[in-house]
Amino acid sequence: MKSNRLQQFLIPLLAVLLGMIAGSIVMLASGYNPIAGFSALVYGAFGDTYYIGETIRQTTPYILTGLAVAFAFRTGLFNIGVEGQLIVGWLAAVWVGVSFDLPKIIHLPLALLAAALAGALWGLIPGVLKAYLKVHEVIITIMMNYIALHVTNAIIRSVLSDEGFKSKPVKESASLHSDFFDAITHHSTMHYGIFIAVAAAFVMWFLLERTTKGFELRAVGFNQHASQYAGMNVRANIILAMVISGAFAGVAGAMEGLGTFGNISTKAGFTGLGFDGIAVALIGGNNAFGILLSALLFGALKVGALEMPSSAGVPTELVDIIIALIIFFVASSYMIRWLLSRWQKGAE
Amino acid sequence: MSVYDVLQTIIPTTIFFAAPLIFTALGGVFSERSGVVNIGLEGLMTIGAFVGIVFNLTFADRFGEWTPWLALLAAMVVGAVFSLLHAVASVTFRADQVVSGVAINFLALGLSLFLVKKMYGKGQTDQIQVGFDKIDVPVLSDIPVIGPLLFSNAYAPSYIAIALAFVSWYVIYKTPFGLRLRAVGEHPMAADTMGIHVAKMRYIAVMISGALGGLGGAVYATIISRDFSHATISGHGFMALAAMIFGKWHPIGAMGAALFFGLAQSLSIVGQTIPFLKNVPTVYLLIAPYALTILALAGFIGRAEAPKAAGTPYIKGKR
Repeated sequence: MKSNRLQQFLIPLLAVLLGMIAGSIVMLASGYNPIAGFSALVYGAFGDTYYIGETIRQTTPYILTGLAVAFAFRTGLFNIGVEGQLIVGWLAAVWVGVSFDLPKIIHLPLALLAAALAGALWGLIPGVLKAYLKVHEVIITIMMNYIALHVTNAIIRSVLSDEGFKSKPVKESASLHSDFFDAITHHSTMHYGIFIAVAAAFVMWFLLERTTKGFELRAVGFNQHASQYAGMNVRANIILAMVISGAFAGVAGAMEGLGTFGNISTKAGFTGLGFDGIAVALIGGNNAFGILLSALLFGALKVGALEMPSSAGVPTELVDIIIALIIFFVASSYMIRWLLSRWQKGAE
Repeated sequence: MSVYDVLQTIIPTTIFFAAPLIFTALGGVFSERSGVVNIGLEGLMTIGAFVGIVFNLTFADRFGEWTPWLALLAAMVVGAVFSLLHAVASVTFRADQVVSGVAINFLALGLSLFLVKKMYGKGQTDQIQVGFDKIDVPVLSDIPVIGPLLFSNAYAPSYIAIALAFVSWYVIYKTPFGLRLRAVGEHPMAADTMGIHVAKMRYIAVMISGALGGLGGAVYATIISRDFSHATISGHGFMALAAMIFGKWHPIGAMGAALFFGLAQSLSIVGQTIPFLKNVPTVYLLIAPYALTILALAGFIGRAEAPKAAGTPYIKGKR
């Protein structure tokens, strides 16, 4: 048991380390200096208060998409649709944010709620199809991503703007913008969303670990037949799990819509935040606290990467390679476990 | 506009858009028939598109009109080698095949853009100068009515794609290799008992999917986009995956579905010129392939069973 705990902690750590090493090899092989590259990365992520602000801003949606993926994972589902749920959440938040005049205390929560509901709805469809027709949620959620992308683009063009590509900015009463953070981080785009994200992590932990419903959801994830036999409603739990996962993803979209950008524009492709959420969840070991740490790692990697081209000449895409390899090593954790067991035997 | 005119606008563009999807979807059929889910098709197409364009730009002067053909070949080889990563992770290291496929997609995009920036100093390549010429199929193009519609003024790879669907059907359903492939995908333990090397078959199948995915990406890049950037392959691999499922894991079905998706794509582009489609907002045509795939999977268009062992690593001796 104890060694299991240790492995749970060691495997993500080793995966990150291996990813970094492989990244260094890629840099060496293509004629860059890995030390300069990684120093630029670290400086670009934490070098001064502006960079720290940007890193925390980027971490915010990652926490929520990571939670969304992890919540589904814990209940035995694989939600690749976080990206689509995030996009519809983003749209819903901005829609509410521009079209109402309300006091902040009502407007902001209403916009967040709209985002959560939109994401939940986008998760409901694959949930229902999985529960009642046993259709694999992976494929449905991938398809739902594309539908979300095209439908939101069409709505932005026809409803939220006059055939343009960008909505109006959300009203001040629905904005997450923070004058305080702006002042202490030299005008970074950091906003109040980070509090919502951290609170969401707590909500997920509490829901899964401390409530009866959470126990049921996890039980269904472990063994559907046993749960059925124990008198649980497997179908309702599958649907609920996808809905909650989608709601987390929708709120992640609200972070972009009400915080970082303050509007929504048409997209030629995906944001990547939802897909990166898969990696965040995997590295975070699918638990709420781990996800806070791994979201910070990914936020730092993404923001720090922006510094690499100017000071070390390394293209920012290197970080995408590192992230891909980290996912790869986590996925192949069997290999790491095998290596660990070899290594332990050797030490005895 | 007469019906014939409409067909003459739609059919060639349909085939034009469908060809890359057909190649890639066939790759998916091979992989999943052997029991390995391949969400990484998108990444394999990205690698293929990248190799196809870079090879073309680099060697156009040396190989002249042979360049695009050799570029396709190079893309196939690199695609097959790249797919080895997925094979190693999902067959040997028993990784979750979906997660490993996601990693392949990330890695392909990151790596190819990294290399593009390194080689060209900017985010996208130049346009290629040497592409495929449109051809008329001899004899067949002389058939009245359907000749001009189906067999003239199109690109050779499109015809190869359609022919390959029939070849794949023959290979999967009529040869000993195909029988072993399907056995490994349906019931790996039984196949193992009969002396079929499960891991080897799966490696081969994943590499075939890599070669065909790379080919599909290179065809797309050479004929349709003519350069490479981050948005060159955006969702085509997933569309190919959808075509494979919609086609019920059957080569001919996958080809039919890919042609259908090609139709949806061509309608969203040429739709403005066709009288009865003018008033349909393009968004409906854009989401049609995805929405239909969901309906197909939900059983409204006939139930399809995935290969039984798809998605599960085979561990010898474990029941």
